[in-house]
Amino acid sequence: MDRLLNFTTGMSVLLIALVLTSLRRSHIRVEYSVSWLLASLAMLVLSRSRSTLEAIAAQLGIAYPPLALMLLAGCVFIVVFYRFSVVISKLKDDNIALAQRVAILEYHLQSMRE
Amino acid sequence: MSELLVLVPAFNEEAAVGDVVRSVRSSMPGVPVLVVDDCSLDGTVPLAKAAGAEVLSLPHHLGLGGAVQAGYKLAFELGFKYVIRVDGDGQHDARDIPRIYAALRKSGCEMVIGSRFMEGEAPYTSLFRSLGIRFFRLILRPILGKDVRDPTSGFVGVNRNALQVFSKSFPLEYPEIEALVVLQRKAFRFEEAPCRFHPRRTGKSSITPMKSIYYIVHVLLGVFVNVLRLPRLR
Repeated sequence: MDRLLNFTTGMSVLLIALVLTSLRRSHIRVEYSVSWLLASLAMLVLSRSRSTLEAIAAQLGIAYPPLALMLLAGCVFIVVFYRFSVVISKLKDDNIALAQRVAILEYHLQSMRE
Repeated sequence: MSELLVLVPAFNEEAAVGDVVRSVRSSMPGVPVLVVDDCSLDGTVPLAKAAGAEVLSLPHHLGLGGAVQAGYKLAFELGFKYVIRVDGDGQHDARDIPRIYAALRKSGCEMVIGSRFMEGEAPYTSLFRSLGIRFFRLILRPILGKDVRDPTSGFVGVNRNALQVFSKSFPLEYPEIEALVVLQRKAFRFEEAPCRFHPRRTGKSSITPMKSIYYIVHVLLGVFVNVLRLPRLR
């Protein structure tokens, strides 16, 4: 159990470092880093606080506490991924509208030149 | 100025687009033909221009729905009253355009669908496609309140009311069936006109057997989302 929790702690710290580095280099926008930072911080806290983890596992009826941590992490990441799907859908719609507008403006411009 | 525009969405159709444009111009002299080039990598654009078409070139590949909607947007901005869409692969017979145009004007319907099944079974329709069409007929009948014999036909004429709606909202993948539902929710009317279809002269259908399951799920979802999202006007 300790090895699994230590591994989770290490992964959480790595994820936080990665997100902060990406933020500093402007590879990720602040609004999209918040979800990842919150998720990794939650994993870090739970992996270091055995009593909290055991209490949550008991509430969920899970005998092996690290499984509760994995389950929570999975749920958080599903929400994060879903949020990104929403963002991507909007970006795609905007991109299509923009491409159509560019094509129509080029058509008008060409017509004016001729 | 003509009140009709013939719209030809095309993606890598150099083997057919020139003949398609020439046959449209021969069937409908004086009617402008707009080829919407969906970022083709071959000679579609110069061949379409050489055949006498205007070309709307998309800056990157949007797929069929995005290309058709771009054409609808431009046609609406330019003030056309009617637009008839003819595929760039040569499947649709341009000699049927006058029939669709006459039906659009005479009936006052917002959409006229060129149907390959009005006069019995259509040749050149694969068994798989026939089964798909029958399936969607069954699904659409209670939603549309009437039979539609060829719901997957891309040989479609629309009037300015439909143009206005489609300029703002148009299904981007596999648009034909969803577009019917969008119109129905707006209390717009459609009818079908008999048309001839030919085997495509070039390329392959975008709907391969492997993609067919995705197609069915996608279209069904799109149909039901539109039914739930758009209030039915009477």
